[in-house]
Amino acid sequence: MMNRLLSATNLSLNFGNRDVIHDLSFEVQQGDCLAIIGPNGAGKTVLLQALLSLIPHRGEICWSPEARLGYVPQKVAADRQLPLSTKDLLAAKARFLKLPPSELRLVPAELGLTDELLSTSMGALSGGQFQKVLIAFALLGRPNVLLFDEPTASLDELTEEHVYELLHSLQRERGMTILLVSHDLSIVYRNANMVLCLSKGKTCMGAPKEILTPAMLQDLYASPAQYYQHDHDRERERDSRIAQEREKR
Amino acid sequence: MRDQGLLFVLALFFSLAAGLVGCIALMRRMLLAGDVISHLALPGIGLALAFKVNPLAGGAATLFLGTFLVWQLQKKTGLATEAAIGVIFAAALAIGAAVTPREELAESLFGQLERISPAGFLLGLAAVLFVILSIFQLRDQLSLSIFSTDLAAATGVKIARLDLYFLLLFSLTVLVGLRFMGALLASALIIMPSATARQLTNRLSHFFLLAVVASLLSVAAGFLLNALVFKFSTAGPTIAILSAVLFSFSLLGRTR
Repeated sequence: MMNRLLSATNLSLNFGNRDVIHDLSFEVQQGDCLAIIGPNGAGKTVLLQALLSLIPHRGEICWSPEARLGYVPQKVAADRQLPLSTKDLLAAKARFLKLPPSELRLVPAELGLTDELLSTSMGALSGGQFQKVLIAFALLGRPNVLLFDEPTASLDELTEEHVYELLHSLQRERGMTILLVSHDLSIVYRNANMVLCLSKGKTCMGAPKEILTPAMLQDLYASPAQYYQHDHDRERERDSRIAQEREKR
Repeated sequence: MRDQGLLFVLALFFSLAAGLVGCIALMRRMLLAGDVISHLALPGIGLALAFKVNPLAGGAATLFLGTFLVWQLQKKTGLATEAAIGVIFAAALAIGAAVTPREELAESLFGQLERISPAGFLLGLAAVLFVILSIFQLRDQLSLSIFSTDLAAATGVKIARLDLYFLLLFSLTVLVGLRFMGALLASALIIMPSATARQLTNRLSHFFLLAVVASLLSVAAGFLLNALVFKFSTAGPTIAILSAVLFSFSLLGRTR
């Protein structure tokens, strides 16, 4: 059943004049959730951008013909003054890709975007709403691969949890393949079945249990690793706090 | 009288194109940079006058050459559009001022209501309709790239090609405007109506619509006012002043 969706061979990438990724090879199978981790400046975002052909690269990137990509960038430096509503933005993509009009109703509805939110201008959205709109934008056109760059970097815990529940359901219910850049290692534990570490020219790849050992992380981030260890108590405490908050609403 | 009629009709169509191009330019934050593009025509007009060729043809030649250089500079050096245009502009203005015969300089800068041939009219009309249709065709790609070039590119928009296309549409609009507005004011109708409309709405479709209406009003009223009251040799300044008056009114009705 395993179906190879992406293979990258001898990939090298520059950022400015700096060689950030050197001779990287890896594969992604259909239905995988690959987490890409590493310290700042290791080239995680650049790697996603290269996979999307947004920047030049050396080496080979080969997507299987059935791969349809959706991209949720880390930051969009959108001008807050733009007279562009959420609906305008989604409609622009739908028309450009000649998607059936039903898509434009269904996708926002699936993500729980209200009519009010759809008519709000992009500049007036909160961080969480903005992120949701970016995800809706990526899901228009029914991609089967989602490239997700630090999806929760600027979100509070509750919104963060929403985003990851969504991610989880996309993966489970639609068999979506996910490439995820994240700093949050508990998320990586929960969602990813493969981890790719990038660090100053060194790379390693494997299952989370093999890769996310304290020694490995210490080496990777060159700092004490206790923060990153998988702490079940901490996580349970957090889950119950989120549940309480939800009941309050 | 027939010439006046043709010019008036052409100016009305021009105002539609200028309003639409202005909306995109405002969202791309290149309104002022665009203002400067119109000056790129000056050396061509000057050279054409000196060599007794059609000034508009000369203006067109340097305008498009300059536009292409701006695009190349931007693409090759990563300079912002405004920086690239600034460099080319200063050079163009200097060359233009040096080569344009003194007595014709004012006319090239502020426009002249000269005779217009039926061929010139049709050519102008074709250019303006082409701009209007292109903006309509490209509106989705332009919206996406204005929001985020990365997301637009990931969606399949060819960014560099779109940038060049838009710069050319901008230059074409300016070129048609040169006839009535002159090199200095050709972009007044690109700047003022979109700024006016922006004050009044946050919705994209309304933004386009209001800009077109403001532009159309300025041109129609400007032509009439000039013909009946001021009787200047060119309607350009009257039109530009009216569009500025509309902008001041928009400050009263601002929604944001």
